[in-house]
Amino acid sequence: MALTDAAHDAQDFAPPAEVAEEELYHPKTWLGKYVFSQDAKIIALQYSITAMAVGLLALVLSVLMRVQLAWPGAVSFITPDSYIQFVTMHGMIMVIYLLTALFLGGFGNYLIPLMVGARDMVFPYVNMVSYWIYLFAVLILLASFFVPGGPTGSGWTLYPPQAILPGTPGSGWGITLMCISLGFFVIGFTMGGLNYVVTVLQARTRGMTLMRMPLTIWAIFTATILALLAFPALLVSAIMMSLDNLLGTSYFMPAIVSLGQQLDHSGGSPVLFQHLFWFFGHPEVYIVALPAFGIVSELISVHARKNIFGYRLMVWAIVVIGGLSFVVWAHHMYVSGMNPYFGFFFATTTLIIAVPTAIKVYNWVLTLWRGNIRLNVPMLFAIGFVFTFINGGLTGIFLGNVIVDVPLSDTYFVVAHFHMVMAVSPILAVFGAVYHWYPKITGRMLNDGMGKFHFWVTFVGLYCIYYPMHYLGILGVPRRYFANAGANGLPDWFPESAQMVNVGITIAAIIVASVQLVFLYNLYHSATRGKPAGGNPWGATTLEWQTSDTPPTHGNFGKELPSVYRWAYDYSVPGAKEDFIPQNVPAGKDTGHAG
Amino acid sequence: MVLVIVLVLLVIGSVLFHFLSPWYLTPIASNWGMIDDTLTITFIVCGFVFVVINLFMAYGIYKYRYRKDRRADYEPENKKLEWWLTAFTTVGVIAMLAPGLIVWGKYVEVPEDAMLVEAIGQQWRWSYRYPGVDGVLGTVDTRNINASNPFGLNPDDPNGQDDILVSGPEVHLPIGGPVKLTLRSKDVLHDFYVPQIRAKMDLVPGMITYFWFTPTKIGEYDVLCAELCGSGHYNMRSRMVVEEEADFQAWLQMQPTFAQLLAGAGSASGGSPIEQGAQLARDQGCIACHSLDGSAGVGPTWKGLVGKNETLTDGSSVLVDDAYLKESIVDPNAKVVKGYAPIMPPAQLTDDQLKSLMAYLKSTSG
Repeated sequence: MALTDAAHDAQDFAPPAEVAEEELYHPKTWLGKYVFSQDAKIIALQYSITAMAVGLLALVLSVLMRVQLAWPGAVSFITPDSYIQFVTMHGMIMVIYLLTALFLGGFGNYLIPLMVGARDMVFPYVNMVSYWIYLFAVLILLASFFVPGGPTGSGWTLYPPQAILPGTPGSGWGITLMCISLGFFVIGFTMGGLNYVVTVLQARTRGMTLMRMPLTIWAIFTATILALLAFPALLVSAIMMSLDNLLGTSYFMPAIVSLGQQLDHSGGSPVLFQHLFWFFGHPEVYIVALPAFGIVSELISVHARKNIFGYRLMVWAIVVIGGLSFVVWAHHMYVSGMNPYFGFFFATTTLIIAVPTAIKVYNWVLTLWRGNIRLNVPMLFAIGFVFTFINGGLTGIFLGNVIVDVPLSDTYFVVAHFHMVMAVSPILAVFGAVYHWYPKITGRMLNDGMGKFHFWVTFVGLYCIYYPMHYLGILGVPRRYFANAGANGLPDWFPESAQMVNVGITIAAIIVASVQLVFLYNLYHSATRGKPAGGNPWGATTLEWQTSDTPPTHGNFGKELPSVYRWAYDYSVPGAKEDFIPQNVPAGKDTGHAG
Repeated sequence: MVLVIVLVLLVIGSVLFHFLSPWYLTPIASNWGMIDDTLTITFIVCGFVFVVINLFMAYGIYKYRYRKDRRADYEPENKKLEWWLTAFTTVGVIAMLAPGLIVWGKYVEVPEDAMLVEAIGQQWRWSYRYPGVDGVLGTVDTRNINASNPFGLNPDDPNGQDDILVSGPEVHLPIGGPVKLTLRSKDVLHDFYVPQIRAKMDLVPGMITYFWFTPTKIGEYDVLCAELCGSGHYNMRSRMVVEEEADFQAWLQMQPTFAQLLAGAGSASGGSPIEQGAQLARDQGCIACHSLDGSAGVGPTWKGLVGKNETLTDGSSVLVDDAYLKESIVDPNAKVVKGYAPIMPPAQLTDDQLKSLMAYLKSTSG
């Protein structure tokens, strides 16, 4: 279908809908409106606040880890056991309970109905329940800090046999609660995920064809499909490992002599767990990355006043990345002992996935090229995303190329890579998104000065943390080590100067972590004292900016749903009066073009 | 244009950091220089992309910064440009993947004449086995592992009788010949990692894994564990010694065979009881968890241990005397010091070995 329908085929009316409008449940009590709300916008805020709160805890854990690495032994409660428990909980909270919950549960819930022109999600009650199940999962996870043995210290990857054997902290209660928490998380996210997918497929307003959807929606939609297909693998591996732990089955447990004791297990395969876990785990990173990609496409086009370059190829890239993400998982297992010939296959698929990813990067940069770029805070963060993602995406190629991965596996190169692509870039995208959509959510602008300060320290600081870390990995420094100097001291090849790198990284980490308080204060302060924003302060085309009220009320669009006549990127259309035309403006109005 | 300047500085800074920093591959001591070469090719291709795209972006931000009297371009797509970019990227990917897979092909094909050595991992120490004069490693089974057969060898397999068993912390290799290192774990996942070798592989209980390399430099190298394996993971160390063939053979002769172990030879190495005790503390992996200098570890430090009053998990107090020391070695989880986990495996020692170890303990306690 012609892409140019935007300027040339825009119909001047849309046919009436064949299906009656959705009947929304209007709550009458305060509890019904703000606590057990079925409004996706409230649910979005609930997800976001919970995710950010638990993310802050994980951030504190990471600072403790960094303090131990920079000044070993300085803090007495950081022991070899508690260190790997912090490592584990930091990782799991950040990947699952912060990033996945925030992008899908937070941004997905807020933006999908608004951007596709729906009044709410299609299953609002189930959507509401999904949040409370997520919260319950979070509470179970946090409970593991308080049970005998403490939380599991097996790494966020939870590998058996170690995860369920003495010798690893939390091998009793800790790992069990972790598995139960993950189980509830998957249940909750299935409920939410069904909402996101079905709403996009069935509840788009008149005229909103799939190829007129903003890239944010394509991205969150694809990420949700990935989640629905990938999370079951995590669920079954958590269940099977719990059965091994609690009932003595041997899915993953071969014959073992654990700390001098012959165990009853036999015949199981630890590598099977890894296959199952990474079959989930690799799509998971795209579940985090794709929404960030979509958001950045939005931020760049709005703030450069220019259509996203190559929209069709961007959609193709999102879908292809989503599909390919299911056939690359064993690049996390190159040295796992799996059949070495698998390495040929997975290295090839992994490097193939680099192509659509690179295309997206080119297209963001080409959107900026010949744009009219406003360097406001959302745009700064979007550019920060592109810069850091180029770095993180490229180091992925090092690790994807099987033989190059061999020396780098389990070193700080891996830690630096995945933080750059999971923590730095997506977090910059999240910040950009918050500065961008806060005016719609609250009706007020975030403070610009604080925003710019937040950007500069965070962007430069995060890069200074993770870029040098790659070189520690190339040197050979292993990850998940409580201390680099063991009983025999530092390894011969570990120079004192490398320890200085650790100190530098820790100091940068403390600074960046502290500056986030400025952001939090900005969120709080601007809610009541920020500059009033009006309905569309950025001059954006997408439907969420065309609501009748700001903040949008229950039902989003007032009495009548909008009809869509054009794609999401009519910026700087030649001949048009303004440098943007909203999606719900018919052709012939506001454009000098025929049709 | 602060942003443009910062972006350019970050690009230049990153490149300078790469070339000027001292933190890079440690000098290689194996035949796997091809891995280093593939890494270099990857750096060149990726480095080029990193520099070009970021500088282009910085230039674009500068040139197309907002001006009220301008409009942005309206160009939904450019099929030709997008096709060329895709093609160019594909070429770049092939340029890295092709050499990578060629070298990987060599990595998975073990040379026929590779010398066989086995590394066994357990929480948290390494031990080693050589096939002996018959060149064949005896069959093993985890179920055979006990105090008198810590390697789990099948006593009925004649091939295992001459297997050379090294429970100590050093694995020796002769220089210049390919080695196939087969890997076996008694308990959990581990990974045998020597940065100077470049090659590494996980140890998986229930499986035999392997990798191969040719040591090319005489020297001693730290062996580290590279797969999180519990509390003592960071301290699971060993030493790889690469030496001339003659020295290697001399060392190998001094190591006990399985047959000798079955006959109860024990490690009757020379030296005073304290020296033998020190050897045991290293061989058995005690010092992986117990420090000698007072620093925190997986287990209580040995410094100042003897004669002190320890508080146990249940709050009671105990004097560290000979009886307590002995119990802590052979039945360690009977009384656990407060603040530590009950994870120490009972040491498998003869009475003489126990005496030596206790002598050493007392000497380090200070």
